[in-house]
Amino acid sequence: MAVDTPPATPAGQAGAQRPPAASRLRLLGSGDAVITFVLVLFLLVAALSVEGFASARNTGFLLLDVVVIVLIALPLTLVIVTGEIDLSVASTVGLSSAVMGQLWFAGLPLETVIPLCLLLGAVLGAVNGFFVTRLGLPSLAVTIGTLALYRGLAFVVLGDRAVADFPRSWTTWAISTIGGTGIPVVVVPLLVLVLVTAVVLHATPVGRSLYAMGNSEDAARFSGIDVGRTKFWLFVVTGVVSALGGVYWTLRYGSARADNAQGLELQVIAAILLGGVSIFGGRGGLLGVLAGALLLGSVRNALQLENVPADVLNIVTGGLLVVAVVAPQVAGWVRSRTRPRPAGPPNAPPARPAPDTRPSTDPAVQVPADQRGNR
Amino acid sequence: MGESPRSPAPGAVVLALEDVGKSFGAVAALRGAQLELRAGEAHALVGENGAGKSTLVKVLAGVHGPDTGRVLLDGQPVHLDGPAAARAAGIAVIYQEPTLFPDLSVAENIFMGRQPLGSGRRIDRRELHARCAALFERLGVRLDPERPARGLSIADQQMVEIAKALSFDARVLVMDEPTAALSGVEVERLFTVARALRDGGAAVLFISHRFEEVFDLCDRITVMRDGQWVATEDAADLTVDQVVRLMVGRDVSSLFPKQDVEPGEVVLSVRGLTRRGVFSDVSFDVRAGEIVALAGLVGAGRSEVVRAVFGVDPYDEGSVEVAGRALRPGRPAAAMAAGIALVPEDRRQQGLVMELSVERNATLTRRWQLAKGGLLSSRAERATAAEWSRKLQVKAGRLADPVSTLSGGNQQKVVLAKWLSTEPRVLIVDEPTRGIDVGTKAEVHRLLSQLAADGLAVVMVSSELPEVLGMADRVLVMHEGRLVDDIPRARADEGSVMLAATGQGRTTAVAP
Repeated sequence: MAVDTPPATPAGQAGAQRPPAASRLRLLGSGDAVITFVLVLFLLVAALSVEGFASARNTGFLLLDVVVIVLIALPLTLVIVTGEIDLSVASTVGLSSAVMGQLWFAGLPLETVIPLCLLLGAVLGAVNGFFVTRLGLPSLAVTIGTLALYRGLAFVVLGDRAVADFPRSWTTWAISTIGGTGIPVVVVPLLVLVLVTAVVLHATPVGRSLYAMGNSEDAARFSGIDVGRTKFWLFVVTGVVSALGGVYWTLRYGSARADNAQGLELQVIAAILLGGVSIFGGRGGLLGVLAGALLLGSVRNALQLENVPADVLNIVTGGLLVVAVVAPQVAGWVRSRTRPRPAGPPNAPPARPAPDTRPSTDPAVQVPADQRGNR
Repeated sequence: MGESPRSPAPGAVVLALEDVGKSFGAVAALRGAQLELRAGEAHALVGENGAGKSTLVKVLAGVHGPDTGRVLLDGQPVHLDGPAAARAAGIAVIYQEPTLFPDLSVAENIFMGRQPLGSGRRIDRRELHARCAALFERLGVRLDPERPARGLSIADQQMVEIAKALSFDARVLVMDEPTAALSGVEVERLFTVARALRDGGAAVLFISHRFEEVFDLCDRITVMRDGQWVATEDAADLTVDQVVRLMVGRDVSSLFPKQDVEPGEVVLSVRGLTRRGVFSDVSFDVRAGEIVALAGLVGAGRSEVVRAVFGVDPYDEGSVEVAGRALRPGRPAAAMAAGIALVPEDRRQQGLVMELSVERNATLTRRWQLAKGGLLSSRAERATAAEWSRKLQVKAGRLADPVSTLSGGNQQKVVLAKWLSTEPRVLIVDEPTRGIDVGTKAEVHRLLSQLAADGLAVVMVSSELPEVLGMADRVLVMHEGRLVDDIPRARADEGSVMLAATGQGRTTAVAP
């Protein structure tokens, strides 16, 4: 449609002159870059000071430990970006592990058992999604409930037994490495999933809508985004991926138990928040989450090498979680203290040489509209 | 609104600002601002958005301390180094939307922290309610002191704030755009109270974008522009045109430049739309090239109707058709696909994602169209956003900056860009010029007129009567959830619209 097109305004020029790379640089200047820097620094320090940390063998263990955390962090990051949360992920891991054990024990082939477990994950996620999006209940309350419920069901299914006679070919594959590098084979499909999730979050219309609804659900709805449906499917995907995590967990340790991955949700959420994702939604990126998960895994691994007891590891995880939540607030406070306010009040006039105080009534000396600065 | 009686004699100067400057970083919000309030006068402060009115109010309220200049109270310099100090100095500020404690009673809100105490330092509820009732009596307001503040209308909340100011013996009452969300009757009541306070010797500072109210209430007018004092004149010596010229520093030739367009085919057709308890049996047609205004008092259900048409809200009965095709209810995405765009009432909550950048906001509605093979590139988004901010003359520093850094008028332009870029056939605008400055307002009006001339069907919800009368080809009037009148441009004037809006006009249902 024909809207009048006057000469370029500041906005138009800024848009044209600004190289696209600048926005990427700005992105790296954010939380992503900070956490990546901290990760690299920690890896260097740990490699130099912790005996055995840098060995191929330890690298393998470290990566095996973070595989499930990274895996579940992928969909959960999307959930948290929309402003919701799913605390039931680790219980879903436990329940799918228990069901996998029971079904295998009952004689079904793994080729049948695994799809059933993933289907179970979808149902568990759909239950969360239903309560949150259809009934409008807060996801924090709903998934605290299902955290207990799913774990309880896991014990109903398998009791305190363990099923451990899974076929060797599967269990050795789960921990096999690529040549002599110590890098587990599963890292390859995991990286593919990381890439897919990163693209979805950062370079698709769906990703844009997730950030929009995480910042303002109303504005998202008024922009034609189906907030309820999107969130529902995110919960379903989180359920499926958590169940996949349960399957992998079972194979990696060669043991299906109801208490598998108990408390893992804490580590996953800590990794995500450490990676710069805001617990309030609408902020953060996947690169940071990846770095956050690796940092958390590395810290725990290094402490284990130093024979620090397990209780202390939990203290460290919890401490990092608090740091992750508090750090952005502190950073914002420091910024506001050290730098003059960037824009002042939103409607403040621009600073420029003082013009005449009284308007001239002579049309000839009136200031043209487009030279009067922005308002 | 009739001619108000002028106060008999201007009293002594109560409060004065002399050459006040206030900067935020490199941005000077106030430079050489002046103000002089006399006892017993109602004084208007006008200026475009960004002229520094809000900053000046915050200086008076003790929120901001001035960098330069002086604040004089009864001729003596004072330091208002906090809201408490301003209150102690007898300055009370009533904001557009007061913030009361919703679960406390009206009386408790008024006497918060100063409740009358009885024996054993217990709160003397009877005394509390008696004092509150006495205040309301002075104001001539019917409100129950014991009811909770939750559920009070904005107008009543303002009355509570005024009662609070009265209880402090405030001598200066600052009202920062108090009428923006009020209906005509409520505005009248507010003005009655303000006049009574003025006649009682208080100085009333009134800030508004609505000139008819300014001239109705105020004795003197101070105009600000770009953080500076421009003029202070007796209202009787000024016309609206002169004030506008002082504000913008140029002539605004015509605020409402609606062109005459021969309407085309019916594009939007609404039949028997009903949402129980909100609105019922609303039917109307909108043709291509037509601007149809939806007028009525606040709470008549206008916004609710257009929200239902767009699918953000559900409805119980009825149908919405775009160019003859029925629309699935409750699905904004379907409405968008059919060519409806809605510029919502609340820019900050509904129109924009304030934390996101200008470009992300401007392209949010077009994210699927801009994607290639399912992938979105920042470059495509930036190009589209740049194109539209050029077309609409959005003044933004950088397109990657959060949209919250823009002024209200420019934010509204981003909302318009976001919707016009979808190339709609029906554009619904809900209060399109609320809280934006005169210059931008004229731009928005020109734009809407031009869009209609290009064949767009425009539905405009507006509470500003001059806007409705100036822009609309037809005025649909709602009263208590029903469409009560359909007034063509030729017959539309303040009288006919207000009569219908207050339920006094033709009461037969309107058949389109």
